[in-house]
Amino acid sequence: MDGFIQFFEEYQLLIYLLVFTVILGFEVISKVPTVLHTPLMSGANAISGVVVIGGILLVRQAESGDYFSLGLGLFGIIMGMVNATGGFAVTDRMLEMFKKKKKK
Amino acid sequence: MDIKFLTDIGFLIGSVGFVWGLKLLSSPDSARRGNAIASVGMAVAIISILFAPLDKGDNNYLWVIAGLAIGGVVGYLMAMKVKMTAMPQMVSIFNGLGGACAVLIGMVELRHFYTGATSMTGGQIAISLSALLIGGIAFTGSMLAWFKLEEWLKDNALVLPRHSIFNLVLLAVILAVGVYVYIQDVEAGIGLAAVFMLLSLAYGVSFVVPIGGADMPVVISLLNSFSGLSAASAGLIYGNNFMLVGGILVGASGTILTILMCNAMNRSLMNVLIGGFGGGGTGPAKKGADGLVAKEVSLNDAAIQLYYSSSVVIVPGYGLAVAQAQKVCKEIDDLLESNGVEVKYAIHPVAGRMPGHMNVLLAEADVPYPKLLDLEDANNALKNTDIAVIVGANDVVNPAALDDPGSPIYGMPVLRVWDAKNVIVLKRSMRSGYAGIENPLFFHERTRMLFGDAKDSLSKLVSEIKSL
Repeated sequence: MDGFIQFFEEYQLLIYLLVFTVILGFEVISKVPTVLHTPLMSGANAISGVVVIGGILLVRQAESGDYFSLGLGLFGIIMGMVNATGGFAVTDRMLEMFKKKKKK
Repeated sequence: MDIKFLTDIGFLIGSVGFVWGLKLLSSPDSARRGNAIASVGMAVAIISILFAPLDKGDNNYLWVIAGLAIGGVVGYLMAMKVKMTAMPQMVSIFNGLGGACAVLIGMVELRHFYTGATSMTGGQIAISLSALLIGGIAFTGSMLAWFKLEEWLKDNALVLPRHSIFNLVLLAVILAVGVYVYIQDVEAGIGLAAVFMLLSLAYGVSFVVPIGGADMPVVISLLNSFSGLSAASAGLIYGNNFMLVGGILVGASGTILTILMCNAMNRSLMNVLIGGFGGGGTGPAKKGADGLVAKEVSLNDAAIQLYYSSSVVIVPGYGLAVAQAQKVCKEIDDLLESNGVEVKYAIHPVAGRMPGHMNVLLAEADVPYPKLLDLEDANNALKNTDIAVIVGANDVVNPAALDDPGSPIYGMPVLRVWDAKNVIVLKRSMRSGYAGIENPLFFHERTRMLFGDAKDSLSKLVSEIKSL
């Protein structure tokens, strides 16, 4: 319990951010029409590519001889980046189809 | 101005981009702009992290740039080449990669800790472990979902007897190992952390194994939410607010979609996870429980009925997606429209293999989205419809959900197609749907059956209509 209290005190601001982001997320997204479920999911999916930031931090913080961290970090960056770029690109492709049809 | 300030502002811009982008994504007219804004937010954040001053490390820019370049190109090519029918697979793969990335980060940071290179508070150990657990489940679970969607693996190929109990035990073991690693602090060592990771990866597989078929949309939504949460955990390891915000937003959107999908099937998440209705469909004869016989319609009759009606509602289901018949469907639509028939599509929320999948498939086949009706609008429209055409849907048009309290799907919101004057059901055979239950619709007085593969039947209908 002591550990938990210490953790809470130490990260209070982060915990506030976490709680409010959860509420914000639910508020912003809750009224999505069925038509947009797939683009929303793939767009959100692209956003989960934020892990790439962690990958970059990991590699930048590593020492240049630490090939274990560098190798895994490189892998991490690649995967995160595929997730982000691919996600945004495919969402755009989908939404373009919706758009084009509307003018007809 | 110093660089740290600028990069911190960059992260703030990135976070706002995500929130604003997601907001715009929830309306068809602004969705594309929303996606663009979110992607700019991501780009600003990536540039910021490249320049952010760090208090240790050798930067290793060559490695960073190489990773970004390879990942960017591969991701872009995948996105351009993927077929719309394969979207669920693609999203699964991306979910998995995000999770895997979080696992790698957690593992590397824990190794730094155990080798004495860095120190961690108890909270950070717990966070790293949660990144391993959630990321691990997202990774292997998504890979398995991908295999299932590609049909490289049968839905119930790996199910053990009493699988749900096995899962509970496995989860308990994982949590026990986690608590032990946490309590032992630096004494636990990287070996135990690796065991924790492997168990989490195994749990991801075991967790998705019993779920399949029409439940896929729920699993994909859930794994989507996990991949977001694992990114948020990785953000917590570094105390990076931006990663936390992004991850949590994804977690929230995945959770909302999961809940929507469960509601659309009137089932609890627990029920879906444990494996649902049990037995698959093995309906034998053309006879209903009460001795009724389904009436067939000939291709020619169906074509004439459709062509000379004034309004038609097409109800596409999982079967249409499997047969990839959406383009033929659009052909019929065009033919009928040219004769002044009003054609609409009624889309049940769980039609297709991921949330909203059917809408995307039809959009790809050039169906304008105002023609796509959601559950409520469709039920209103059906009352004034001449013919409802069911293509590869079953449980979502089952009247038992409304009037038979004994039915396993009782209470599930369905499309009331029997309100239309006539119903034509395109179906491969009389086999029951995913839920393995009889569908009284097929024996309804207004219903006529047209047997055959969905795509095949539709193509034949096209040529029949053309010859009229």
